[in-house]
Amino acid sequence: MGVGIEVTNLNAWYGSNHTLQDINLNIPANHATALIGPSGCGKSTFVRCLNRMHETNPIARVTGSVRIGDLDIYTDAKPVEIRRRVGMVFQRPNPFPTMSIYDNVASGLTLNGFNNRRALDEIVEKSLKNSALWDEVKDDLKKKSGASLSGGQQQRLCIARALAVDPEVLLMDEPASALDPVSTSKIEDLIFQLKTQYTIVIVTHNMQQAARVAEKTGFFLNGRMVEFDSTHKIFTNPSDKRTEDYITGRFG
Amino acid sequence: MPEIRISQAQFQPEPPKNGGERPAGTAAPEPSAIRKFLLSRGNSAVADRGFHLLMVLCALSIFGIVALIATELMLSSQMAWDKFGFDFFFKAFIDPDTRLPMYWDPVNGHFSALPFIYGTLVSSFLALLLAVPLAIGVAVFLTEMCPQALRGPLAFLTELLAAIPSVIYGLWAVFVLVPLLREYVNPGLIKGLGWTGLFSDDNPTGLGFLSAGVILAIMILPIISSLTREVMSAVPHSQREAVLALGATRWEMIRMGVLRNARIGIVGAVILGLGRALGETMAVTMVIGNSPEIHHSVLANGSSMAAVIANEFAEASGDLHRSALIEIALALFIVTILVNALARVLVWAVTRGAPARVN
Amino acid sequence: MRAGKHNLRAQVRALTDHAATVLAVFATLVVVTPLVAIFIYLIYKGASSLNLAFFTQIPKPPGEVGGGMANAIVGSGVLLGIASLIGVPIGIGGGIFLAEFGRGTKLANAVRFTADVLNGVPSIVMGLAIYSLVVYQQKHFSAFSGGLALGIMMIPTITRTTEEMLLMVPHAVREAALGLGVPNWRSVLSITLKTASPGIITGCMLAFARVAGETAPLMFTAFGNSNWSMNPNEAIAALPLQIYVYAISPYDEWHRMAWAGALVLIVLIVLAVSLVRYVTSRGVLKGAS
Repeated sequence: MGVGIEVTNLNAWYGSNHTLQDINLNIPANHATALIGPSGCGKSTFVRCLNRMHETNPIARVTGSVRIGDLDIYTDAKPVEIRRRVGMVFQRPNPFPTMSIYDNVASGLTLNGFNNRRALDEIVEKSLKNSALWDEVKDDLKKKSGASLSGGQQQRLCIARALAVDPEVLLMDEPASALDPVSTSKIEDLIFQLKTQYTIVIVTHNMQQAARVAEKTGFFLNGRMVEFDSTHKIFTNPSDKRTEDYITGRFG
Repeated sequence: MPEIRISQAQFQPEPPKNGGERPAGTAAPEPSAIRKFLLSRGNSAVADRGFHLLMVLCALSIFGIVALIATELMLSSQMAWDKFGFDFFFKAFIDPDTRLPMYWDPVNGHFSALPFIYGTLVSSFLALLLAVPLAIGVAVFLTEMCPQALRGPLAFLTELLAAIPSVIYGLWAVFVLVPLLREYVNPGLIKGLGWTGLFSDDNPTGLGFLSAGVILAIMILPIISSLTREVMSAVPHSQREAVLALGATRWEMIRMGVLRNARIGIVGAVILGLGRALGETMAVTMVIGNSPEIHHSVLANGSSMAAVIANEFAEASGDLHRSALIEIALALFIVTILVNALARVLVWAVTRGAPARVN
Repeated sequence: MRAGKHNLRAQVRALTDHAATVLAVFATLVVVTPLVAIFIYLIYKGASSLNLAFFTQIPKPPGEVGGGMANAIVGSGVLLGIASLIGVPIGIGGGIFLAEFGRGTKLANAVRFTADVLNGVPSIVMGLAIYSLVVYQQKHFSAFSGGLALGIMMIPTITRTTEEMLLMVPHAVREAALGLGVPNWRSVLSITLKTASPGIITGCMLAFARVAGETAPLMFTAFGNSNWSMNPNEAIAALPLQIYVYAISPYDEWHRMAWAGALVLIVLIVLAVSLVRYVTSRGVLKGAS
């Protein structure tokens, strides 16, 4: 089951570039929250701060606090521990090219030292079912490489890989932007099912997508969070003029 | 962006009022077995730091190797250095009876590196003289003229030249190249150019500086031509097009658009070839004749720095002899380090400024 | 065209262009010729001297017919084994540092530059350094010292190719591993290095092929041995050393053996290089997009 996220005074930099400024936000547990905004607005940087991926870039810096459940991720734990609790799905599908489908899904566990084969078999099956990929790949789990799947399948494989470690939060950084419409709708259906079990934060530049899958939506602009409210409110009656301009397509 | 005014129906119902808005900080639900396992794994900070350190040590071993070679050679050549100092490289012992220079006389303990420095320079210079034009020709052909289908196999062939061991070049040179030069090339050179004094008629073996130079040329060709190819293809396409747009022929395009822009890198490639030639041992040892003398004629027997080490070290007559040979190795080490460093700087100057990949 | 002068100029330019083409083709032919000549000679001279005894017997004293280079072939294997044990792990470690930890740092640039320069140091110099370090202290030649010299020579090459191959691994693959909370050491070894492994193996084989033919660094370390020896603490025979000794000897029978040895050596090396070429031409990182 997922936990909530509480972000207080979060600031982030790339070199001298102040990419996130004073973000304050509460993300509810076991729901999908969408982050929208024009490209370069800081929404991707924001999710990368939630599992400390931001700091993997040597010139990146971050201040402020992020609490996931009862854990302050910047003071209470090391990045690897955080990332085991917070799954991430990236913009482009990135299965491990040298691994089979099975090994890809199991990798989050095996690479962290888990090697109970029986338990792994169960987890892999459950994760692939959860990511709606099981029926398509169950016959060549160990025969086919993860890289041999289609783009949409690869992305669902990456979701299965993220789910296998039973995360509390699932971050998705434009998970469908590199996919065709059919695959996109499959991913959206998936988010729809998963959000009752996990706290999902999804970055998207596609406003219909945000509207379809998320209960809450935040609008980012120039490194600031302009508005955060229920999706319904954001798309029908935003309180900020800039949000309205954006969703009605006046800029961006 | 298209106008979006989304109808009510498309929306999800508002989140349920219970659990949905649970604030962060409240107790998390009971963790699953997997979660418990992962929580127990720790942060592996120690293992990561240890791994990092180990990799740094591997990288530092490169410096360690250079330092090791330098100190070992310095320590082991101490005796010769104490005895001869810098004169080792510049002066020869003059026999008081015959007034002739004695360069290398293990029996009486007179050692001077002069004839070997001379031999190394002459054979390397001959090698460059022969190899550079050919290598540039091959590079030009392969990058600018060659039909696509031939490019792969030809590049592979030149790579193979680089993979042949030195001792096999030497073997081939001893039994094929040297007889060929002796029977067909040297007589012509003596007849036509003997008046210059560079081609004298007193060495019937065919061994000597020229044979060493020719085999060296064959050996350093691949490295010069492959590096030249690399710097030539680093020249941006726009440079070629700019020259072609002025109505240049293909050769003018190559000369002005490519070679001119790549010239620093080509010089680097040539110097790198020189570095190889200076230190090349086996093939040279087998064909240079191994006599510690200085002759003007390139057809005469001589020796080189690397050759004298290979030829004499195992049977050195004493500690001073051995020490003198190690001092030659030290000199060779320092010179090749400097030559290679210079070459690398020049090649980098060209390829680094180039676009990431040629497209 | 307005005037004959222009026409003449155009003709000269066209002629120069043709001449340049002809010269370049000629240069290529001149370069390819010795290669073909060497191979033809090796096959012609070597094949006629090759027989089963070559692979199964040890050398006979001068004057006697027959014998082989079995001990030298095995000796080369032992030397290359020791060299790989030393050179491959250290070289790969150095490459991992350059690609994963040191990117853009001054230390990494210095290591890279020094590795390139070290690559150009004559192998005989390396041999003498190891002689002073090991053989002179121990007072006897040994397979270990020869393997050490060869292993050290492998390090710069392997470091540089490992770095290049690791840099070709897409950033997304690294991010995927990081995003799973995999410890860094594990992610480097099990993900990045494994993804780049075809290319890294290629690099190791090239370094291997290069030192397999080295003679100079073995002359005062492994030294050679006309009898069987597999003891790392004793002088040991090596194929290139044996070829050298036989080539400069005055005996025809030994010359024949030198050609046979050279053929065996070159076939091994060409096989390695061709394999490498085949693997790389099929895409170093197949499937890694």
